[in-house]
Amino acid sequence: MNIHTSRRAFLSGLIVAVALPGLARAQQKSGAAAFFNELPEGSGEMSANAFIRVAPDNTVTVLIKHIEFGQGPYTGLTTLVAEEMDADWSQMRAAAAPADVEKYANLAFGMQGTGGSTAMANSFMQMRKAGAGARAMLVAAAAERFGVPADHITIDKGIISAGDQSATFGELAEAAAQQTAPEDPPVKDPAQFKLIGTDLPKVDSSAKTDGSAQFTLDVYRDGMLTVVVAHPPKFGAKVASFDDSAALQVSGVQKVAQVPTGVAVYADNTYAALKGRDALEIEWDEAEAETRSSDAMIEEWTTAAKAGGKWEVVKTGDVEAALEGSEIVEATYVFPYLAHTPMEPLDAVVELRDGEAEVWMGSQMQTGDQGTIAKILGVENVRLHTMLAGGSFGRRATPDSHFAAEAAEVAKANGKGAVKLMWTREDDVQGGYYRPLTVHHMRAALDDQGGIKAWDHGIAAQSVVMGTPFEAMLQGGPDFTAFEGANELHYAMANHRLRWAQMESPIPTLWWRSVGHTHTGYAVECFIDELLEKAGKDPIEGRLALMGDDHPRERAVLERVAEMADQSGDYGYGVAVVKSFGTYVAQIAEIEDRGGIPHVHRVWCAVDCGLAVNPNVVRAQMEGGIGYGISAALYSEITLDEGGLIRQQNWDSYRILRIPEMPAIEVVIIPSAEAPTGVGEPGTPPIAPAIANAWRRMTGNATRRLPIIPVA
Amino acid sequence: MTISFTVNGEERSVDVDPDTPLLWVLRDELRLTGTKFGCGIAQCGACTVHLDGSPRRSCVTPVSMVEGSDITTIEGLSGPEAEAVQAAWRALDVPQCGYCQSGQVMSATALLQQVSSPSDEDIDNAMAGNICRCATYVRIRQAIHDAAKTLEG
Amino acid sequence: MKRFPLSLALATVLAFPAMAQDLRAPADFDSIEDQTERSAAIFEEMGKVLTHPRCLNCHPKGGPTQGDDMQPHEPPVVRGDADFGAPGMTCNTCHGAENFETTGVGGIESIPGHEPWSLAPVEMAWAGLGLGEICEQLKDPERNGDRSLEELHEHMAEDGLVGWGWEPGEGRTPAPGSQELFGQLTQAWIDTGAACPG
Repeated sequence: MNIHTSRRAFLSGLIVAVALPGLARAQQKSGAAAFFNELPEGSGEMSANAFIRVAPDNTVTVLIKHIEFGQGPYTGLTTLVAEEMDADWSQMRAAAAPADVEKYANLAFGMQGTGGSTAMANSFMQMRKAGAGARAMLVAAAAERFGVPADHITIDKGIISAGDQSATFGELAEAAAQQTAPEDPPVKDPAQFKLIGTDLPKVDSSAKTDGSAQFTLDVYRDGMLTVVVAHPPKFGAKVASFDDSAALQVSGVQKVAQVPTGVAVYADNTYAALKGRDALEIEWDEAEAETRSSDAMIEEWTTAAKAGGKWEVVKTGDVEAALEGSEIVEATYVFPYLAHTPMEPLDAVVELRDGEAEVWMGSQMQTGDQGTIAKILGVENVRLHTMLAGGSFGRRATPDSHFAAEAAEVAKANGKGAVKLMWTREDDVQGGYYRPLTVHHMRAALDDQGGIKAWDHGIAAQSVVMGTPFEAMLQGGPDFTAFEGANELHYAMANHRLRWAQMESPIPTLWWRSVGHTHTGYAVECFIDELLEKAGKDPIEGRLALMGDDHPRERAVLERVAEMADQSGDYGYGVAVVKSFGTYVAQIAEIEDRGGIPHVHRVWCAVDCGLAVNPNVVRAQMEGGIGYGISAALYSEITLDEGGLIRQQNWDSYRILRIPEMPAIEVVIIPSAEAPTGVGEPGTPPIAPAIANAWRRMTGNATRRLPIIPVA
Repeated sequence: MTISFTVNGEERSVDVDPDTPLLWVLRDELRLTGTKFGCGIAQCGACTVHLDGSPRRSCVTPVSMVEGSDITTIEGLSGPEAEAVQAAWRALDVPQCGYCQSGQVMSATALLQQVSSPSDEDIDNAMAGNICRCATYVRIRQAIHDAAKTLEG
Repeated sequence: MKRFPLSLALATVLAFPAMAQDLRAPADFDSIEDQTERSAAIFEEMGKVLTHPRCLNCHPKGGPTQGDDMQPHEPPVVRGDADFGAPGMTCNTCHGAENFETTGVGGIESIPGHEPWSLAPVEMAWAGLGLGEICEQLKDPERNGDRSLEELHEHMAEDGLVGWGWEPGEGRTPAPGSQELFGQLTQAWIDTGAACPG
């Protein structure tokens, strides 16, 4: 197990909440696990215990250091604690931990934040230790009260007992808080798990079904102004001048102010702010703007991909020599810019007071966002509430904290009081921070047996990381997010070269659900499929042969998905297998040809994510990841006109998957005792190549440019 | 301009610009925040409410249009179809991020009020206007079927 | 803050030259001596309206289309038994009694609306037909909603939903001319024998 922990991570004292304030109403029907919309008061002072509090009302609240936007950490991390405490699931509560890097760092990052499908992986041992520590303190308190040795105490479903004596966690909470927290409490042998590995109901399903779950947009403060910002129509453009006289005439508009990112309109309510923004007259300075069309960029990127670029990432053998004189198979794959378009557009509430600020935000990188806000506002104390967020898919994990910065600038220009900054869907679609436009150029030659003699791969893409505060993690090397998934292949090849050409544009780019794998998975799995077809090999047997014995977990998911899939229908079938973020996923897509347009009919998916803490959540993430991937495979792209204007504004032009286009999905989880790995992203990469492979085998058309069905 | 209507059985009057979308009146004025903003142009369905018993996208509904009308939001949703839908949603753990689900539940409930035993096609047709970016569609479809079965008794 | 009304309008004009033309009046056809020929010519003039996207989008064979480029309606909708959408997502889920102006930036600038709002019945579908075929269809009571020529004139000249085509809301190209002029053309076509272009 490769999980780094620190001593601090093992803090396992216990704090007792004397009363739960009404504000912190648990968001679930009684008798079920739940979460708090707002962390109960006093939690900021929990120095002894970072993660667990037991209340006299017998609820156990787990402070979750990771943001919840659908991937299930509230449920998963709460499960780990409940397991080690032997708690009853119905007494468990989850709540967002405060932003505090000392206590709540992602152990994979060294700062508080979520991403890279690390939430479960980095928390697995930390949260179990926290739960085991809390359990030990309850046991110690019970031993004192019952007058028996600690090893005579048992706990089952939240009832602590010895002989005929018993007590609930709540009854012992106060006494337990007086106990010393154990340094390094032992955790359970996995064979003893009762909750881990079962389909526990999610803590947030109920509140997300009756409208009571609170998101950032739902935060209202006294006297709060709602703010929208007019952003430049082209990337890199700046405000030259503006006329706000008409905007200020709009009833309810209080103020207009220039901020570094555009012109902000402050109003009593959202509609007034939107109308006010509509009424602004702005001259833009486009001197440094991106004015190339996306077609022109693709041409440039293609040339660069063919040339190879300066970063030689993989060099095994001599590709040029092996290609010389061989029959060369060649392909160029083009991937557009993609917006994440989470359902809840970016938003934040900032309340500026004397020397301090309070912020409500779906922050995915709390440490960076908090620091950025503090710096801009010039205050030391920024209390950041991590709110539930309406999706992210990477969008809220910004190395430059640009949205937190805009919120802080908007607050600063307003002075004391509360502001809610809201992006509209158009701001979101046109706002950049896209999955980078990427072009792959691939050349390969086969040997006499159909094996791969040479594989030459060039990728042209902007860097997501370079030039941001995260660059340090590259340690002077290339940005691996541009080519991850293309460097370590699970197919044997005698000569392998991978080069990356770093492209430049003022268009900001960002990780997008499964990051580099969104395009490397496609290029590798489509190209290998074409090579196998050329060699007259079966797509599954051929892949297995190239994997050999070195890739047992890839083999296992591929073999499993082949068993699951019924490929006998009158449809097209395609397969892909991608390992990403430590998780192995193979998928087979069943495609129908509906008048020249592919319709995904059914998908089979086999996943190996190590130990599945909550199989139901794993299945949900595979379903969602597949749906997310189908959007990109079939419909979505951001394109720029000649001159640099973005063609898409909203979901009518930036098309994403809707329910009639959703396939039936069957997921099988490979049983495993390995440490858990993430599931938020790995469901996405295989689906696009599986669809494209099915389509090619069915129609003869190899899709070299996504999306397959561009919006006219 | 004062506009009066009924929300979740309660009479309400608001003094706002009559062009204001009902969505923002519900949220900003009445603090009924279960109804969400997703697109502002009737593309996503996150803002769905029931207007005189029929589903309606509140983001493209000027509040002047609802004078004297009866509005139900997720907070006031009730009745056998609603209960069956919400129970099925919970049982299947449909929501992921959850942001679109108020709208999904409103649309699904309206469908079941009109078609007691919908086919997959009925569901696709009625729910095509509700986007779920987490793509919980497989479970939405199943939950609607499950709710229909519950209602059959 | 509208970002590119000018470029959009220009592109629209270039793509659909017919839209830039105005609609001619019945008197403009007086020089055609043969009455039948004149009638057919007048109908061709009416055709500028009949085959305009504002009209065709709601006279489809299947579900509605939208925009000047007549793309499939987004979100996807179906015609339904009453030409009013599917149970659970009827037209009035989004379309109200009046056009509704949005406050986004660019893109869909208004949601069209009118009371009533629905698709033309499928037997009155024009999309994909030639002008002569549309003409024959218009005269056929089985395929024109059982209308006499007089009633047809009334529909063209006075129906509110037809009239919406000239007041389609922000961001949408209106049908050429005016409903009044279209009504006059229709009357002149009827008076000249309601001949169809060959």
